[in-house]
Amino acid sequence: MLRLPPFRYLAPTSLREAAHLLAEEGERAMLVAGGTDLYPNMKRRQFTPPVLIGLRGIARLKHISGTPEQGLRIGAMVTLTTLAEHPMIQQYYTALSTATGSISTPQLRNMGTIGGNLLLDTRCNYYDQTEFWRHSIGYCMKKDGEICLVAPGSPRCWAISSADSAPVLVSLNAQVRLVSERGERIIPVRELFRDDGMRPYTRQQDEILVEVLLPPADGWQSVYMKLRRRGSFDFPILGVAAALRLAEDQTVQEARLVLGAVASHPVEVSEASLLVGQRLAPDVISQVATLAAKRAKPLDNADLTINYRKQVTPVYVRRALAQFVKV
Amino acid sequence: MTISLDTPKKQQYRVVGTPRPKVDAYNKVTGRALYADDIMLPRMVYGRILRSPHPHARILSINARRALELPGVLAVLTGEDLPRRYGILPSSQDEYALAVEKVRYVGDPVAAVAALDPDILDEALKLIEVEYEVLPALMSIDEALAHPEVKINDEARIGNIHKAVSYEFGDMEAGFAAADYVREDWFYYEGNNHAPMEAHACVASWEPNPSDPVGGKLTLWSSTQTPHYVHREVSKVLNVPPSHVRVIAPNVGGGFGGKTDPFSHEICACELSRRLGRPVKITCTREEVFLLHRGRHPVKMWIKTGVKRDGTITAMHFRSFLDGGAYGSYGIATTYYTGALQTVTYKVPCYKFEGMRIFTNKPPCGPKRGHGTTQPRYAVEVHMDKLAHDLEMDPVAFRLHNLIEPYTRTVNGLRITSCALDECLHKVVERSGWREFRQTKLLTASQGSVKRGMGIAASSYICGAGKPIYWNDMPHSAVQIRLDRGGGVTVYCGSTDIGQGSTSVLAYVVAEELGIAPEIIHLETADTTLTPVDLGSYSSRVTFMAGNAAIAAAKQLKEKLFTVAAEFLKVPVERLEAAEGVIYDGDDPGLTLPFARAIQLAEERYGALVAAGSYKPPEDLGGNYKGAGVGPSPAYSYSACVAQVAVDEETGEITVEKLWLAHDVGQAINPLLVAGQVEGGAYMGFSEAVMEQQIFRKGRHKIPSLLDYKLPTTLDTPEIETILVEAPDREGPFGAKEAGQGPLNPVIPAIANAVYDAIGVRIDETPLTPDKVLRALNAVHGKSGQYTGVKPVAAPEPWPTRLVKWQPRADENVSEGRNG
Repeated sequence: MLRLPPFRYLAPTSLREAAHLLAEEGERAMLVAGGTDLYPNMKRRQFTPPVLIGLRGIARLKHISGTPEQGLRIGAMVTLTTLAEHPMIQQYYTALSTATGSISTPQLRNMGTIGGNLLLDTRCNYYDQTEFWRHSIGYCMKKDGEICLVAPGSPRCWAISSADSAPVLVSLNAQVRLVSERGERIIPVRELFRDDGMRPYTRQQDEILVEVLLPPADGWQSVYMKLRRRGSFDFPILGVAAALRLAEDQTVQEARLVLGAVASHPVEVSEASLLVGQRLAPDVISQVATLAAKRAKPLDNADLTINYRKQVTPVYVRRALAQFVKV
Repeated sequence: MTISLDTPKKQQYRVVGTPRPKVDAYNKVTGRALYADDIMLPRMVYGRILRSPHPHARILSINARRALELPGVLAVLTGEDLPRRYGILPSSQDEYALAVEKVRYVGDPVAAVAALDPDILDEALKLIEVEYEVLPALMSIDEALAHPEVKINDEARIGNIHKAVSYEFGDMEAGFAAADYVREDWFYYEGNNHAPMEAHACVASWEPNPSDPVGGKLTLWSSTQTPHYVHREVSKVLNVPPSHVRVIAPNVGGGFGGKTDPFSHEICACELSRRLGRPVKITCTREEVFLLHRGRHPVKMWIKTGVKRDGTITAMHFRSFLDGGAYGSYGIATTYYTGALQTVTYKVPCYKFEGMRIFTNKPPCGPKRGHGTTQPRYAVEVHMDKLAHDLEMDPVAFRLHNLIEPYTRTVNGLRITSCALDECLHKVVERSGWREFRQTKLLTASQGSVKRGMGIAASSYICGAGKPIYWNDMPHSAVQIRLDRGGGVTVYCGSTDIGQGSTSVLAYVVAEELGIAPEIIHLETADTTLTPVDLGSYSSRVTFMAGNAAIAAAKQLKEKLFTVAAEFLKVPVERLEAAEGVIYDGDDPGLTLPFARAIQLAEERYGALVAAGSYKPPEDLGGNYKGAGVGPSPAYSYSACVAQVAVDEETGEITVEKLWLAHDVGQAINPLLVAGQVEGGAYMGFSEAVMEQQIFRKGRHKIPSLLDYKLPTTLDTPEIETILVEAPDREGPFGAKEAGQGPLNPVIPAIANAVYDAIGVRIDETPLTPDKVLRALNAVHGKSGQYTGVKPVAAPEPWPTRLVKWQPRADENVSEGRNG
C-alpha cells in the first residue's frame, strides 16, 4: 500500500478559526474537505503539505438553504450524495444532481463534497501517477519537473479540469463565496477558473470556498452528459453541461453550453447563443454541436484517443441538447 | 444470476451436486480470514524493493551507504547478495532476485531494504544511488524482431527470439489440396494483467538454530498459488535445503495466474529475515502488481484454414508471435499452449503450428486464466465465424459439422475423453433465441444509431496439465486424512485455495465418501511442511487431481470403518452405506452405527487411523514428440457462449447486453461454486474483450492503477445465464471437470462476433474499444482515420527452428474430417 507522507492535521471548529489558521500557516497548509482526492494524491506525493486544515468540524458549511424562487445556498461541505439525492436540486437544477451523482463511486460520493469537487486538482496521466512512476519518466512541470510531458514544446501545463460539477455550475451561472481573514468576496463561478493546468483556480491561498450560490431557477432547465469508459468510478473525459430557458412555444430564450474535461478550465461555448430565438430543430442543434466541438482540444493525457474524444464531442453535445426537445 | 443444471442426475449423491456455501465463506465475508498482509509477528520489520526506472539499462554501480545510515534502516540487499538464478521453468532460469549487471524493464527489482518502520522505506530507497547506462528499449514484437543487435535477454539464441517451435501433424499438402476454399487472417490479442483484489504480499521468518548445521529454518507465508514451486526456488536461491524451508499460503485474495511464479519480493524477504534474524514483511503496491505482471501475453496470430464446400475443415496452419516481456516466466509453456488446443474442439485432420516468443523491455508475461489458449481461441473462433460467413453457413451449423467426438484422439496426439460441446452449443442457441434473433433481426435490432447483434463461440480447456513443471514421476497431488476418536476428521492437502473454492471441494469430496457433513472436517492446506504435496492452483488441475487423491485416501479409511461396522452390525460389508454421520444397512436403514463409534472400533482394531491417497495423470495422454508435454490433460472441459451486444455507431460504445454460457463441467461438485467460477470467468473475458488495455508509453506502463486501468464495475457487467451441462467424465472425481478457466475463453470471440453481426465490420484485435469501433466504421464509410487491420509480423524466413513432423499411430482412434 502507498503510505501518506507525514503532516500535521488541524481541526478548526469554526470558519473564523479555519481562516485564521490558513492565514497563519500560509503556503505550508492545504485545506481538506472529503479528502477523497487529496489523500490519494498525497500518497503519490503529488503534493506533500506539512499542514492540513480539515473543514469537517465546521458545522456551518453543511447547509442547503433557500428556495428555487430565491435561489439556493449550498455549503461547501455538503456531500455529493446529498446533492445528487436532493429533491429540489433534482427538479430545478437537474444537471447538478446528474453531475454530482456521476462522480466516482457511491462510497466516495458519501465522503466527497461539492467544495472539494469544484476545487479538484487538474488531472493528467503524466501527473496522476506515483512518485516512482513520475521519477521514472523524469517528472513534469506540474510537480518536480521542467516541461510538460504531453506537449513538450509548450510553455504551459495542459492538465485537465476534471470536476463534473464545474461545467454544470458555470452553465447554471452559479456564484461562489470565498472567505479569508481579510474578508469575503462573492464571484461568479466562471471567474474561479484560470486556463492554466498548474494554477487552475483564482482562489487566493488564504481563501476558503465556503458556499455555492445558485441563482433562482426561473424556468431554466439543465442537463449534463458525461463521457467515460465505465458506469462508475471514472473521471469525465468529456462533460457537456447545457442550461436553457425555453418559452412556452419551445423557443429558446437563453442558452448556456459549457464543456468539461477538454481543457484546464471549463470551456464556455458562446455559439450557444445561436440557439436563442429558435426552436430546437435537428439542424440548429447539429450546427451548434459542430461549432462547440471545435472548442474541445483534447491531448493524449486522459483515457481513450485524441481522435476519438474529438469525434464524439459533437455527438454528446447534440444528444445533450436533444434532451430538451419535448417529445 | 440464472443457473440451470441441464442434465438429469445420473447418480444420487448426498453432498456432491448440492449447492452450499464455501467452507470459509463466513470467515471471508466477515473479514476474519487472514491474508498474508494481515500476519503480524513479534519483532517483525518491513521491506520494500527498489525498482528500475529505465526500461533497459546497464547498472554501472550501486551505493547503498546513505540508505544504511538512515536511522531505522536495518539492511540493504543488492544483486550480488543473491547471485543464483531462478525461474519457474527449469528451461527458463533467467531471473535474479535483484538485478545483476542489467535491468530489462521499468520495475525490474534492483535492491531491497528492510527497516523498522514502513514509513521510512521510501526515503531509504531514494538514498540508494544507482548509476545506469541507459540502453535502447524495444517495446513491441516488431521492434524486438527488427533489432536483433539489441539483446534484451541472453536466453534468446537468435536476436530477441526467446523460443521458436514448429510442428506439423498429418499431411498438410494433401489437406490444403483437398480444400475447396482457403482463408487466411491476422489477429492481435492485447495483453492484460490479472488484477487480483489482493496485492502480492509475504512474511518471511528465519528461526536461527546454531546447533543445526544449516543454521536455522525458514518459514514463508506468501500470497501464492504455488507454495510447492516457491519452496523449490526459495531453497535454491538461498541455498538452504528444502528440508529447512516451509512455505505456507494463507488465504489468497485471487490469483488468476498472477501468483504462480516465485517472486523477487518473496526471496528478498527470506534473505532479509535470514540476515536480521527477524520476521520481514513485504507488501506490494498496486503499481508493483502491474510491474510484477506475469499477465496475459500480447499475441499476434496468423491462421489459414482449408474447408470443403460443405464446411468440413481439411487443414489448419497457425502461427503465433508472443510478446514475452523481459523474462521467461512460463513463456515457453505459453508458447506451446498458443498452438496446442486448436484441435480439441473441432476435427482438424492435419495441423501445422509455428510459435515464437519474443523478449521485449516490458514486465514479464506469464500465465493468466486460460493460459496461452485464450488468444488463439479468440483468433480461431472469429476465423471460424468468417469461414462460416464465406461459405454462407450458419456459424452454429458450421461448428456442429466439425465438432470433435468424445473418446477420440486428435491429430497432435491429445487424448479426448468426455465431451458435451454439442450439448453446450445447442443449449446456448436455444436459450438465447439465436435463430429467432437472426430471423427478426432486421426488424428489431436497430434503434437509431444503436445496432444489435449476436455472436457465438465454442472452446475447451485442460483439467490439469498432464505433466508437472519440472520433469518427475511423483504424484501431482496427495491427500492425507486423519480420523480422531472423537469423530474429528482432518484433511491435509497442499492444494491452495485462491478463492476458487479448492479447500471446500476437498471437504465435499471427503464428506461424500465418508458419509459425513462437510462442516465437520478440519482442513489443513497449502503448507509444504504440514501437508502432502499438491503442485498448485494452476492449469485448472485442483478439483480433478486433489479431488481424486482425496477420494483415494477416504476410500481406504472407509474400508476400515466398514469392516468393523459390518462385524458390529452383523451385516455383510457390501450392504453398508454411509451418510449423515452414520454407517447403516442399505437394506435396513434403521440399523446404524454412528461415525464416531465406528472410528473408535476401527482404532481398536487397526491403531491410528491415517490414510494417504495420491493422484498422477495417466501416461499416454499425448504424443511422444519433443514438446508434447504441453496440451495433454486427463480431461477437457467444454464451453459455448452466445453474446448479445448493442453498438452505438455514433460513439462506438459497445454494450454487452447479455451472455449465455453453457459449460460442460462433467459433474458439478457444488453447482453454486461452479456457477461462480463460470460467471467470474465470463466477466473477466468480457473485460478483456471490451475494456482492459495494457498500454506502454515512452517505455512505461501507461496506467498502472485501478482507476486508470479499466476493469468493469457492476454497472458495466452484463447479465449472464449460466447453464451447467453435466456429462460425467470417467476419470474425474465423481465425474467432475474444471470450471475455473475454460468458461472465459468463448466469451471474447462471442462478443467480437456479435459486434460484427451488429455493425458488419470486423475489428480483428482486442480489446474492442469505442475508438477502434469508430475507426473501423469510418474506414468502411470511406471517412478519415482509416482502420487498417492487424499489421502482419515480418517473420524470419525460414522459421528459426527445426520442424518436427509427427503422426499418430495408425491404430489410434484419430478424429478426422467427416468427409476426409
